[in-house]
Amino acid sequence: MAKRMQLSLVQTDAAKIHPTVKQLRNGFSTGQTLDVGYRLRQLKGLGLLVEENREAILDALRHDLGKHAVEAEVTEVLQCTHELALAIKNIGKWTSPVSVPRTFLHLFNRAYIQPEPYGLVLIMGAWNYPFDLNFRPLIGAIAAGNACILKPSEYAVATSNLFSELIPRYLDGSCYAVVTGDVSVSKALLEEKFDYIFFTGGCETGRKVMMKAAERLTPVTLELGGKTPCIVADDAPARVAASRIIWGKCTNAGQSCIAPDYVLCSRAKQEEMVAACQEAIKRYYGDSPLASVHYGRIANEGHFHRLKKLLSTTSGTVAFGGEMDEEKLQIAPTLIRDVPENDSLMSEEVFGPLLPFVPVQDMDHAIEIVNSREKPLALYVFSKSSRIFERVRRETSAGGMTHNDCLMHYTLDSLPFGGVGNSGIGAYHGKNTFDTFSHHKSILRTGFRLEFLNSVRYPPYSTQNLELVKLFTSVDEYKFLFILLIVVLFIIAPLAWFFFVP
Amino acid sequence: MAALIESDVASIPQVVQRLRDGFHSHRALDRTRDRCYRLQQLRNLKKMLLENEKKIKEALYQDLQKNDTEVILMEMNPCVGDIVLALNSLEDWMASKQLPKDLLNRMNDIHLRPEPYGLTLIIGAWNYPIDLTIHPLIGAIAAGNACILKPSEISVATSNLLSELFPKYLDPEMYACITGGIDVAQAVLKERFDYILYTGSSNVGKIVMKHAAENLTPVTLELGGKSPAIVADDANIEVAARRIIWAKGLNLGQTCIAPDYVICTPQVHDDLIDACKKTIQSFYGETPLTSKDLGKIVNERHFQRVTKLLDSTKGLVAFGGEMDEESRRISPTLIRDVSPDDCTMQEEIFGPLLPFVSMPSMDDIIKFVNSRDKPLACYVFTESKKVFEHISQETSSGALLRNDCLMHAGVRTLPFGGVGNSGMGTYHGKSSFNTFSHFKPVFSTNTGLDSLNVKLRYPPFSSTKTNRLRWLLTPSERKGRGLLRTLLPYIILGAIVALLVQVYGLPEWMYRLRGT
Repeated sequence: MAKRMQLSLVQTDAAKIHPTVKQLRNGFSTGQTLDVGYRLRQLKGLGLLVEENREAILDALRHDLGKHAVEAEVTEVLQCTHELALAIKNIGKWTSPVSVPRTFLHLFNRAYIQPEPYGLVLIMGAWNYPFDLNFRPLIGAIAAGNACILKPSEYAVATSNLFSELIPRYLDGSCYAVVTGDVSVSKALLEEKFDYIFFTGGCETGRKVMMKAAERLTPVTLELGGKTPCIVADDAPARVAASRIIWGKCTNAGQSCIAPDYVLCSRAKQEEMVAACQEAIKRYYGDSPLASVHYGRIANEGHFHRLKKLLSTTSGTVAFGGEMDEEKLQIAPTLIRDVPENDSLMSEEVFGPLLPFVPVQDMDHAIEIVNSREKPLALYVFSKSSRIFERVRRETSAGGMTHNDCLMHYTLDSLPFGGVGNSGIGAYHGKNTFDTFSHHKSILRTGFRLEFLNSVRYPPYSTQNLELVKLFTSVDEYKFLFILLIVVLFIIAPLAWFFFVP
Repeated sequence: MAALIESDVASIPQVVQRLRDGFHSHRALDRTRDRCYRLQQLRNLKKMLLENEKKIKEALYQDLQKNDTEVILMEMNPCVGDIVLALNSLEDWMASKQLPKDLLNRMNDIHLRPEPYGLTLIIGAWNYPIDLTIHPLIGAIAAGNACILKPSEISVATSNLLSELFPKYLDPEMYACITGGIDVAQAVLKERFDYILYTGSSNVGKIVMKHAAENLTPVTLELGGKSPAIVADDANIEVAARRIIWAKGLNLGQTCIAPDYVICTPQVHDDLIDACKKTIQSFYGETPLTSKDLGKIVNERHFQRVTKLLDSTKGLVAFGGEMDEESRRISPTLIRDVSPDDCTMQEEIFGPLLPFVSMPSMDDIIKFVNSRDKPLACYVFTESKKVFEHISQETSSGALLRNDCLMHAGVRTLPFGGVGNSGMGTYHGKSSFNTFSHFKPVFSTNTGLDSLNVKLRYPPFSSTKTNRLRWLLTPSERKGRGLLRTLLPYIILGAIVALLVQVYGLPEWMYRLRGT
């Protein structure tokens, strides 16, 4: 593991923020982003950005989080290029209006929904997947035709610096800008008016962002976090379950918003699972994970000490791991067994490579524990039985769920990714990102003809007109066409036959 | 007039707890029983409206002097219609949606499942006291949530009626109606909800969203704004006037999507005002204040507010302007030569005053509309598709209508909501169900075939694994496929089959079938 270099964060001058916002608003008001061709050019620019700077991106991720190049590629870069390709391929379809069914009253009108940009949007990224969590919302914001300010997290210094260097080279500066810096810069940004705010981060900051947004009635998407439970039923095959749980837990050294936070299983199963997890850790990282190039590190000292404290104050038993290297900011994958519900490890989102096992009496007890806490961003259930899975799905609430695996619902872009309750508001990925950043305007187009039909609604009112109004608004277009078909087939056609056929 | 029934502030936390417990026990229901329960509650809601139509009409008459046609068209019909839609479609809406998979996930089960948020709060407004409380409630019930309804205290008779009828028709374990003034509203907002839908003013909307932010509660805010009626030079003036005056006269202009002001070029200005004058006379007669088809201003405070606007406007009253303080009525009033900084152009009028603003050209009109907050609706009167498309592209509003006003609220399939200062989120029809549902993605895989995972994603990593994954995960950019390119494989196949038939002939049994 190479020694970390101390990089300094590029900090935007707070005085420049308001002029930047003004400049971007002007850029948006020229109407250039309304042109789909313009948006495509920007998206292709983003494609070039990734293509031409792949090494620099992977380096930055290695610097910030010690991410192995393969992990960085799979969990960050590939997700982005995939979403970019999807947006470029489908933008024509996504920006087209969508017709909606009408009633008889509107048979000769056109009713449809047209997506349009909100205007100037703010994207605030997090530090754990510093490339993906900034880049992916940016794709959707651009595809939807918005101007955009990107504020990467100051804790991922190299990636933040990289964004501030590369984005102006590949995107039109009149509509897109990167603002970087610490919390003072974030606060100054939130004083400005935006038409949409997309925030990824912790609950407390999420609350503050939403309260600030409320002052200007700015809609928000908040991708927050929580303690993601991992329920392992007695019938789950231990080896496979452990492989997947450890993979989910140790990716990015446990610093994923949807990492399996804690395991709920019976006491008997706990024995099996702890043993299987130990094997998985050995298979992945060898005998000393801290020396493995495949294993990442904790983002900064603050989080390292937080995790150290959680581990030292637990009333559970450390069954495996626990080694730490303060200089390299690394903590080995650690399994803690017999953790009580009110333990230190159960008081906040772990966000690190510590995996507590909380033994439960039965499935009722497991569901009770899950429901007594805030709704998590994800929930994992390992069981051969779909009945057990269905039961958990029905009786609990979570942002997303995966059966017999971890993290995977994140990888499919047709699945909207987001939280519920304390884990967040809104969702994105794939077309959902485009939809998130679009205002879907309802449009009704009528003509001036057939005014006699319309006049039933005008005053002076009368009961006859009222009856007609009731009739017109109760028949939908399909019913009307069906009735018309019946009338033609059974009345008009036979009559015509009778009179006109010799 | 009866006094407002006020719920006991001290009992609010217990009501909230009761509903949360009720929701919790519903969790254990299986899908069929859950659906039957929701259908039953929706049927009860429909009964509540239909069996008490007379009482509802009386209450609305007391609060806003609404005539029967308006009650049916704007309050009862939309609600009953949406209930029927929900009853017919609930099974469909509740079903999980299968989603497209990519190559890597072919063997997995991937779907989207709507689930209720939990305990929801609906805060209604006073101008359509039945529609703005019941209409969102339909969505909340259909989506399986427990719900607290807080009608506006300004529409006293309707609020009292709802608090009386609610417990008689809806299950008190899941639904409650809490009524009262500001203290009650504030006490309710202190509680934690899983979703809040608020209809009302932008200022109070900010307060509601702030409260919601403390608990990270998602919100839908149906606010207001100044909805412009843009009349282009080529519009059919007579019909435009009729539709604008109809929309403005409804509920005496107290509609969130009423055309707030008219904006046009000097070319049509005078003709339009004349046409509007004639329309007012044909709708409401010579003395509109005595017409039974006009409503009244909801209370003294709003009456004073609107009459003050009329008194202080620097524009010229071209028609109308009659007021009667006792009955709280104002006749439909046309004000011409209104400048952009006039008092009538500052806040939403929410009354029967119609200012006419004149701008030199369509570009100036668009600039003017864009210089203000995004409205809840924008109305454009023109015969030209081009003009309409231009305005559609250049402006932003909750909804956009061509050649009519208000009617989009009656199309159940069009989501109804605002943007910017006019609100966030939508409802009506299926949108109501969607608004009150959390769509949970569910990804289901099996525990076999793990060797594939070993080869691809588990550590120890290698460039081979990355290359494999890159190949599997990156879609290729499909260049434009012409029709010929798509059909080419089939053409080639057809040619091959034709060639084979020529050389070898058709099989024996095919000739026998043909009967030769």
